[in-house]
Amino acid sequence: MNDFFAMGGYAAYVWPSYIIAVATIAGMAIQTVTAWRRAQERLQALEKDAAQPTSQP
Amino acid sequence: MNDTAILHRYANPKAFSDLAASITPIAGIIALALFAIGLPWSLIIAPADYQQGDSARIMFVHVPAAWMSMFVYSCLAGCAIATLVWRHLLAEAALRAAAPLGAAFTAVALITGSLWGKPMWGAFWVWDARLTSVLVLFFIYLGIMAIFSALEESGKAGRAAAILTLVGAVNIPIVKFSVDWWSTLHQGSSVFRADGPKMAPEFLYPLLIMALAYMAVFFWMWLIRIRTEILVRRAASLEAAR
Repeated sequence: MNDFFAMGGYAAYVWPSYIIAVATIAGMAIQTVTAWRRAQERLQALEKDAAQPTSQP
Repeated sequence: MNDTAILHRYANPKAFSDLAASITPIAGIIALALFAIGLPWSLIIAPADYQQGDSARIMFVHVPAAWMSMFVYSCLAGCAIATLVWRHLLAEAALRAAAPLGAAFTAVALITGSLWGKPMWGAFWVWDARLTSVLVLFFIYLGIMAIFSALEESGKAGRAAAILTLVGAVNIPIVKFSVDWWSTLHQGSSVFRADGPKMAPEFLYPLLIMALAYMAVFFWMWLIRIRTEILVRRAASLEAAR
């Protein structure tokens, strides 16, 4: 197991590479889904507003 | 129905959203499955290279990111042409949605490349033609994103970004052929070659799985982001109508 983490002496290069690749893609994915949910909520709120009769004369 | 008619049918935001809604979960599941296979294959199953040792494992996250940096740009160029020729809002939405993804893949390619370069070349960075042209590609992506965030009016932003995208497309063949045109420290192609891949299968298979995983996750994110753009637009027009 220690051999696996040591990566033949290249641990300081291999692990940061994988962590950066995975974290960047995961970060983009989270941002993508968050923006999607936020847009859905905003549109729903606006549509609800639009459906209600206005109180102004 | 001919090809153009099909294209125009899905250029309708509603038809596109419906189609995308059914494809998105499939792309997401495929991406997860491919990463679940590709990551352990890259880190554990694939052997250490006889010259580079375990540092060669960086290739499995670096090369697909570099391929995506070019592939996403080609998608941008397609969207840019559609934006300028048909002035279609969906093409502009797709352009806007893909640019940050391309920038992210390019950043991953640059960073993982320099993490490999340090032990193998003795330097995190060298100004050879391949590395420099990819850095330029990264800045072009940032430029496209900057135009979208600077210009409020969407049609105008889309056309400006589309023009920058097409001008920047000149850089794509430079990136691709830099390793042939100049004597670079960066090695030449070992997979997309006229005489077929020049790589042992125990490295080639996990590399291709990782490349497909990157591709699937890109399409998954791109589709969601385009649909988000459509919703944001609809919300903006509702807000303007109030």
